[in-house]
Amino acid sequence: MITILNENNVTELDGVAGSALWVNRDDMAAVTGWTLKPEGFCKDEVCVPVPANKSGELIADDRVNLSEAWRLMGKPVAASSDGDVWSLGEAANDRNDAMLSLEAPDFSLPDFSGKLHSLTDFRRKRVLLITWASW
Amino acid sequence: MIVSVAMDAEIEAAQPWVDVASPTFVTLIDKNHQLSSLYNMVNVPQAVWIDEDGKIVRPTESGGSIDILREFDMEIMGFKPEAMERAAAAKATYTQAVKDWAINGKESPYAFDPDAARDHVEPMTDDMALAHTKFQLGQFLLHNGREDEANGVFAECRDLHPYSWNIFRQTSEKMDTGIAAGEAFWGKVMSLGDEEYYKTVDMPGMS
Repeated sequence: MITILNENNVTELDGVAGSALWVNRDDMAAVTGWTLKPEGFCKDEVCVPVPANKSGELIADDRVNLSEAWRLMGKPVAASSDGDVWSLGEAANDRNDAMLSLEAPDFSLPDFSGKLHSLTDFRRKRVLLITWASW
Repeated sequence: MIVSVAMDAEIEAAQPWVDVASPTFVTLIDKNHQLSSLYNMVNVPQAVWIDEDGKIVRPTESGGSIDILREFDMEIMGFKPEAMERAAAAKATYTQAVKDWAINGKESPYAFDPDAARDHVEPMTDDMALAHTKFQLGQFLLHNGREDEANGVFAECRDLHPYSWNIFRQTSEKMDTGIAAGEAFWGKVMSLGDEEYYKTVDMPGMS
């Protein structure tokens, strides 16, 4: 069993823990939204080409080395020491571009009764988003 | 409207504060500190003003707080009255600005135009992005019985993103009060030098 953490989501998949995160293409698409196409790894309008000399390292039949693919796309990766838990983060550049677009990044977080709320639920209102903490 | 978010890994830690405050506004909990990653947040409180179309009008800033932390008086274990008064005045100033914007929208003198809003975005570095990625890993390990491994990951997070008080205080030892304000915290505060604990909000009356 391997566990993938991505944008606050936790996904458990059948798989082998190790020094690389191999998943099948469908799982990659379901977990990350990125799909493997002839053009490369694609999401929305963006495609990141797979260099010819990297193809063998990244793709084997219907399986993808997602940890290497993630690094190829310039995104941060972290793994547990056993290689059974993988955190796939977002690149600083992408975060910075999102902020500079001034489109407030959406999120879904629970209230204290467990009900999820998304920022987009509050469209048509002016929102003061403000943080605090117990610590 | 107000959307308040507790940057707290454990709901049990935040719950008593909600019980006492009984907020009438939306109050959420962000166990993985996802907002730190999305909005480049480094401390609490931090605020973002988002207009009715979902556009950022004022990017991440120190809410109604000013940087009085190094005026903490260890002898009285509190702030001197003068510092408390300045902090209260700044909070009142900021609250009044929020109200003005709530009523007047983009006509409010406190709402940035798009260019000014972009100018106030603090850039995230690759190390910070990696710290957020590792923080999520650490939280998962911590909550799945792998505390030692989690603590190693959190140590890496603190090194990668030394300006994040969210990471530092969430992952530091807490006092009996549940607050991470022990020796390690004050040591880090005192080593800030010219760095600010709360970056000054670009608004008249907020310094």
